[in-house]
Amino acid sequence: MTGTTSVAAAPGARDGARQGVTVRLESLHRRFGNTSALDGLDLELAPGELVALLGPSGCGKTTALRVLAGLEEADSGRVLVDGEDITNRPVNRRDMGMVFQAYSLFPHLTAQENVEFGLRLRGRPAAARRERAGNMLELVGIGAHADKYPHQLSGGQQQRVALARALAIQPRVLLLDEPLSALDAKVRVQLRDEIRRIQIEVGTTTLFVTHDQEEALAVADRVGVMRGGRLEQLGPPAEIYLRPASAFVADFVGLSNRLPGRVDAGTVEVLGATLPLVEPADAPSDPSVPVTALVRPEAVDVVADPDGSGRVLAASFLGPISRVTVAMPDETLVVAQVSSSRLADFAPGTPVRITLHPSPVALSR
Amino acid sequence: MAGVTRRRARRQRAFRWTIVTLLGIFFLLPLVAMLEFTTRGPNGTYTLETWKLLVDWGQLGETYPDLATGVANSFGQVLLTVALTLLLLVPTVVWVRLRLPRLRRVVEFLCLLPLTIPAIVLVVGLAPVYAWVTYFLGGSALTLTFAYTILVLPYAYRSIDAGLSAINVRTLAEASRSLGASWATVIWRVVLPNIRSAVLSAAFLTVALVLGEFTIASLLNRSNLQVAVNLLGKSSATMSVAVSLTALVLAFVLLMLLSLVGGGRRRTSLKETR
Repeated sequence: MTGTTSVAAAPGARDGARQGVTVRLESLHRRFGNTSALDGLDLELAPGELVALLGPSGCGKTTALRVLAGLEEADSGRVLVDGEDITNRPVNRRDMGMVFQAYSLFPHLTAQENVEFGLRLRGRPAAARRERAGNMLELVGIGAHADKYPHQLSGGQQQRVALARALAIQPRVLLLDEPLSALDAKVRVQLRDEIRRIQIEVGTTTLFVTHDQEEALAVADRVGVMRGGRLEQLGPPAEIYLRPASAFVADFVGLSNRLPGRVDAGTVEVLGATLPLVEPADAPSDPSVPVTALVRPEAVDVVADPDGSGRVLAASFLGPISRVTVAMPDETLVVAQVSSSRLADFAPGTPVRITLHPSPVALSR
Repeated sequence: MAGVTRRRARRQRAFRWTIVTLLGIFFLLPLVAMLEFTTRGPNGTYTLETWKLLVDWGQLGETYPDLATGVANSFGQVLLTVALTLLLLVPTVVWVRLRLPRLRRVVEFLCLLPLTIPAIVLVVGLAPVYAWVTYFLGGSALTLTFAYTILVLPYAYRSIDAGLSAINVRTLAEASRSLGASWATVIWRVVLPNIRSAVLSAAFLTVALVLGEFTIASLLNRSNLQVAVNLLGKSSATMSVAVSLTALVLAFVLLMLLSLVGGGRRRTSLKETR
């Protein structure tokens, strides 16, 4: 674990917005049979901060969120909110709002009644409940659908109502358990941005669990990449992407070329270029040992050149950018990212020259 | 081509109606015969005296006190059995689904077990238990509620389990818990309203079964509607048949209601999803 757990002031918290609370998960362990879902997880969220937990299936991200919510018990470790130990507190007394991956609106209640549900349990007067629920539905942009039942709403609208319901109780912590994974791509991006806007507006400390790296990088103040029940790296999205702390993070976050190379004094030689290593300690001490460097497609420059040693194998149009796959003479495949305006230069079979940017790279084990 | 399709549709419609008519006759003929029997008067005349007496509760109690007791007992048993069954079953099934999913098969097996045990065997097993029940609670016919609760378990369990399968109980429970609900609130305000038709089905089936139960009540020497009807058959055949017919029609109406509740819900869902 090379990531940091230091707490920074939440960049998202807006002046005047209600500040959130500090959340601290300390040495959490949780086993399911022989599988260790959490293996000494430490994590701290600053007031008003949105931290996204990212990782492959089974890495423990959802278990961490459920332990924080109180829906799952940790075998050992502590959960602290604003310094108060809530490890043994039941879920209904933790004061946390949660949005689930599955649609979780109460089918027998309208959108408005769903949002009022938590307020009703808190004994708020009917008028105050109605006003608060109305405001929350407006905040998530669904005020016009207040009287509709869940089955009359689309998936995206249902998740908006679920978000409004979670926020209506003014929770100390907002927990988002893959809330966008059941939605189609366009709604997903829209709602992702909405969630970030609303989170900044209300300033609630938020833990967002997702397996979608783009989602995590787009909305979070900090991203925690998890593996085997532990944090592999925790940091701002740009740091996670540009300076991955390990080969796992480099491999998991974003697309990477796996290129053969040889190490030499804290650098690695790949395709004739000498690149610095993110973690020189990971390099084998014997320079003759072949290694695999993980190089981002955007760190690869490709230029059409009749004398170039590579041949374009395929080119994929992805909107503003395109990806060109180049076969090298030793049959290594290199993927380069280019502007789509240059796509016409890279017809299959075109001879090309490859150059690599000198940005730090990780080594694959 | 269209002509062939039309002819086939016509044939199928005719076949359907033939089956429905035959079944209708099969089921309705005995009921009509019963009705005819209850209205027979002296010298080949017809009279509604039996039915007038049946709907006059005060007069009925005086003329046939055993029947009035049997009817009252059966209604008491129905109410108590429905209450006990739902009170036991709904929280148990919900709890097993949420917290003890590994026990689901065991609970299902236990609940379905009475279906495989003949009533007579059940009575043999229950007789010594009822000796204790009589010792502690007396010999009231209402104590049959315990036996009837066991008897209706398979039907009530199936109905409630099907209702719970139709909703995502776990997520709904977790969502309401995270909003501050206690377990009692989760069951009362979230789960029950969403399995209302399943609970109604369980209740209707319980009513139908308890109203028609004879073996256990008779062998355990308790009085209920069917036992009273059986006794009445020896002294007044017309009244006995009239009561039987009423009980049958009541059960039939309940089952119709049951199907309407389910059908109505399905139709609403279809309309709304269009």
